[in-house]
Amino acid sequence: MKVTVVATGVCNLASVQAGLTRAGAEVEVTDDPRRVRDAPAAFLPGVGAYGAGMAALAASGCGDAVVARVRAGHPTLAICLGLQLLARSSEETPGVDGLGVIDAAVTRYRGDIRVPHFGWNRVHPTDDARLLRPGYAYFANSYKIDALPPGWAGATAAHGASFVAAIERGSVLACQFHPELSGGWGNTLLQAWLQAARKALC
Amino acid sequence: MLTRRVIPCLDVRDGRVVKGVRFQHLRDAGDPAAQAARYEETGADELVLLDVSATPEGRANATHTVAAVRRVLGIPLTVGGGIRTTDDAARLLDAGADKVSVNTAAVDDPSLLSRLADRYGAQCTVIAIDAARRPAGDGWEILVRSGSDRPRRDAVAWAVDAVARGAGEVLLTSWDRDGTRSGYDLPLLEAVSRAVPVPVIASGGAAHADHLADALRAGADAVLAASIFHDGELTPDDVKRALRAQGIEVRL
Repeated sequence: MKVTVVATGVCNLASVQAGLTRAGAEVEVTDDPRRVRDAPAAFLPGVGAYGAGMAALAASGCGDAVVARVRAGHPTLAICLGLQLLARSSEETPGVDGLGVIDAAVTRYRGDIRVPHFGWNRVHPTDDARLLRPGYAYFANSYKIDALPPGWAGATAAHGASFVAAIERGSVLACQFHPELSGGWGNTLLQAWLQAARKALC
Repeated sequence: MLTRRVIPCLDVRDGRVVKGVRFQHLRDAGDPAAQAARYEETGADELVLLDVSATPEGRANATHTVAAVRRVLGIPLTVGGGIRTTDDAARLLDAGADKVSVNTAAVDDPSLLSRLADRYGAQCTVIAIDAARRPAGDGWEILVRSGSDRPRRDAVAWAVDAVARGAGEVLLTSWDRDGTRSGYDLPLLEAVSRAVPVPVIASGGAAHADHLADALRAGADAVLAASIFHDGELTPDDVKRALRAQGIEVRL
C-alpha cells in the first residue's frame, strides 16, 4: 500500500517514514496538492509550530487537498500537529485559522503539570472506535483538543484533565500521539489503518 | 495518566557501542542497531544515543549509526554529543533522531537553544547539564567539555535559563555520582525539577531499581541508565516491574 506523506517543510520525517515502512507501507513524500488529493492513502505529519504548519499548507495548496480528503472520508492519517491543524484554531498561534474540518479549538495544557506532555500515556478508546485499541501511546505535545468533536469516534487520555488522544471516522484517523514512536502498539495501529485504507479502496 | 520513563543510554564511538566509566577505559560492546532493538523489545520507553567519538570521521559516522538505529527502532530516539550548530542538529534529525541534546555548545552560545526551538520546537530540544556539587557543599555548578572545564555557573539557574530559551526537557547528570553506582544525586534532582516546568531526566549513579525509584520520587519524570542494562542482567521491563511494585506508574 502506498502512503503519500504531505511535506510541510519544517518537519522531521525520518521517524514517520521508518514507522510506515515497518508497518508495511511504501512511502512517497510530496507537496503537490493534486497528488495529495488523489493519493490512495495520505499522511499529514506534524512537528513544529501551528502558524508555520498552516503557512506551509497554504503555500503549497495541500491544506485544501487534505480538507477535501477528510470531508470525502478518503483514507487519511494525521498525527500530532497534523491533528491540531484539522481543527478551527489554536491558542499556540491566535488569529490563524486552522483547516476547520474538525469542529474544535486547540488549547494549551493548564494546571500544575509538566508541559511539554512528554512520554507514554494510557489511551482509552470510545465504544464506537474501530481502529483504536486500549494501550500506551507516546506523546510529545503542549497543546491538545479538550473533547471529542461531534460525529467522531476516538480515544481520550488524561494529563491533569482528560483530553483527546485520537479521533477516527471510517478510514480517517487523527492522533495526538505518535503511532510511529509507540512501539508494537503503535505499529499495530498503523497496520489497522493501512488495512482500513485498503478496504476503502475496494 | 502519564507514566514515568526508563531510558537506556548507548554510548557510541565510530559506529560501535562502547562501555566505560566517564569515557575512560572504553571497550567494544556491540552493534548499536542490534542493541537498540533489544532494548525496545525488553521494555525501554525511549533511547538516548550519545556520540562519544573524538574525531570528525567518527562524528560523520554518527549519522549512519542514527539512520541504522531508526530503521529498527519504534520508540523515541534522542541523540547527543558534539552538536555545535543547528546544521549539526539537522543532520541527526534528518537521519532519524526525534530529539537532539546539547550541552557545551549551549553554554558557549545559549542562543543555540532558541534557534533549535524556533526551527524544530521545544519538544525536539533537550538541554543536557553535567552538574557537580560545589566544594563548599552549597549547591551545584555546571561542567562542560566532558567535565574538563568548570565555567562557574550555577546548575539550577542554568537549567531555568535554558528552559526559558526553548529547551523542552532537561537531561541532568550528576558528575559526582556518574559511574559510582551509589544512586542519583537526589537533592540536585529535587532542586532542578522544582525550578523548571519541563520534564527532567535523571542520570548518573544508578545501580539498581531502588535508585531509579528514589529519583522518580525526588521529582524526576524519567530515569536514564547505561551500565545497569549493558550486560543484560537487568532489562528495562525488570526495572519497571520493580518500580510498579513500589507504586510508581510505568508502561508494562
